[in-house]
Amino acid sequence: MSVKANLSPSEKRLPEATVDLDAIEAGTSLWQDAWHRLKKNHLALISFWVLIFMGVFCFIGPFLSPYDYRSNDLEKTLLSPSLQHPFGTDDLGRDQLTRVMVGGRVSLGVGIIATTVSLLIGITYGASAAYIGGKVDAAMMRVVDVLYALPFTIFVILLMTIFERSIVLLFIVIGAVEWLTMARIVRGQVLSLKKQEFVEAAVSLGYSTRRIILRHIIPNVLGVVVVYATLTVPAVMLLESFLSFLGLGVQPPMPSWGSLIKLGADNIQLFPYLLIIPALFFSLTLFSLNFLGDGLRDALDPKSSKD
Amino acid sequence: MPILEVKDLKTYFHTRNGIVRAVDGVSFSVSRGETLGIVGESGSGKSVSCYSLLGLIPQPPGRIEGGQAMLDGEVDLLSASEKTLQGVRGKKISMIFQDPMTSLNPYLRVSTQLVEALRIHEDLTKKESLDRAIKSLEEVGITEASTRIQFYPHEFSGGMRQRVMIAMAMITHPELLIADEPTTALDVTVQAQILELIRERQKANNSAVILITHDLGVVAGMCDRINVMYAGKIVESGTADDIFKNAQHPYTVALQRSIPSLGSKGKPLYTIPGLPPDLSRPIPGDAFALREGITSGGKWDNTPPPLRQVSDTHWVRESDVILPPLEEVLDG
Repeated sequence: MSVKANLSPSEKRLPEATVDLDAIEAGTSLWQDAWHRLKKNHLALISFWVLIFMGVFCFIGPFLSPYDYRSNDLEKTLLSPSLQHPFGTDDLGRDQLTRVMVGGRVSLGVGIIATTVSLLIGITYGASAAYIGGKVDAAMMRVVDVLYALPFTIFVILLMTIFERSIVLLFIVIGAVEWLTMARIVRGQVLSLKKQEFVEAAVSLGYSTRRIILRHIIPNVLGVVVVYATLTVPAVMLLESFLSFLGLGVQPPMPSWGSLIKLGADNIQLFPYLLIIPALFFSLTLFSLNFLGDGLRDALDPKSSKD
Repeated sequence: MPILEVKDLKTYFHTRNGIVRAVDGVSFSVSRGETLGIVGESGSGKSVSCYSLLGLIPQPPGRIEGGQAMLDGEVDLLSASEKTLQGVRGKKISMIFQDPMTSLNPYLRVSTQLVEALRIHEDLTKKESLDRAIKSLEEVGITEASTRIQFYPHEFSGGMRQRVMIAMAMITHPELLIADEPTTALDVTVQAQILELIRERQKANNSAVILITHDLGVVAGMCDRINVMYAGKIVESGTADDIFKNAQHPYTVALQRSIPSLGSKGKPLYTIPGLPPDLSRPIPGDAFALREGITSGGKWDNTPPPLRQVSDTHWVRESDVILPPLEEVLDG
């Protein structure tokens, strides 16, 4: 990745020189440094813009579309792509373009909200366990181990069948499953940070425990957390599409990319575009998230990159 | 009256391999304006004894088993509540750490970190605390402080960061400054500047300083009184003159012999043989005798050697070891 960033010497030196000037003015934070490094990573930057495009496409697109995602028109079922219906129509005559946009809204929404839920629980839980340490830490991490041991697909399916199948519940359930790894990652980071001298220095200056965790420990963990979060979003989206594929996720007529792909898979021989288009959007988003996560990791921790 | 009076401090670590008696009955005191040096090898308990005072020992496995540390004759630091300690730390007692590269938070501006300390302990507005933070940076010799205060720690060099640490520790004008090997991570030219700076800030505030180091050269130049520690105990205590001109304990003598001298070019360097003893097993008698290979036949094989007064200011722990003259050791 960094090979691509190696432009010609003059081009390469130019942005760095401006960085140094900025530094003299106001001081460059590690986040700003990381942003400058990320900007040199073309793949990550393209991915970033693809994701922005996806967001706009899915969240604003449906308002501009003349069709509604659930009004069917039985005279126009399974049309091929045309000017009126760029992505064609599905088996109930609904405009596929609108459904892909709305479906993306659900898929991205699940990805973002469930990841946020998992971040909040995971960071709080992991950081507290590690900072308090000792027996509390041991007990808290055993709880995580127990939850890990539950086969989580079955756990999600169980919850989705017991309770009403609502989108909100779907968000929460996925988030509640995904926080476990986050808690472990954060705990590991905090354990090593706790031994750092600036934390000892903070204690020796008389700061309260809460202040130390919030102001001194969590900002130092965020780099790793951000990277892991960008990799959690696709995992969550996959899980959602898997559940929708099984018919346990979002309920019709509300589409999600997962359920659209299922519909496409059912009609793959006669109407392949029903499968190809949502699958294309879905994989493009997943790829972008992964590339962005990769780029962020290189940017936030330059020592770990390959060269 | 001393600011801090420590009596019979005992800090043990309860590990899987047994109880490590890191600090085993240490007593000392410091007064305003005075510099106390604590010297010893790694693992002699010099840092642990000072960390214990501020409650910085990780508990468990560490535990303070006994003793008393009276601050201003009022508060016993060893039995005080966490809340009381938070009020003492940074306000009355501050600390400077060994490695300036890691003792500042990399994600916060220096201004934030300096101001934070002030705002916790003193009732100042944002503007006032920022002004005072800038002033404190100027006091430690950082030029263009009002610009540089907005920098992040990684934009400073090691020596500059140690200056920032000193500014941070001294910003509330503490009565006692504990410096834990403040120059170990710095190169020699910067070392002298930092020591000079500590001394100057000490004079300006009339604070007491405890200087923990393994560098005899540093203590010789800086300290009024010196405690030499070995295996968790103080083996010799006295003024700088007592220790350097009239060393009584064989360990103190051996430490001084270990300083390479410029004059003896070509000769082998003196080292103290062996390793410091394993503190997880109780040492009934003279700990230094074990190092020199004396396991029986001594006077202090099974009884802890007591302190003997040499002069008004000079105390030494009895020992079985009689060091042979230096020439004999090196030639033989």
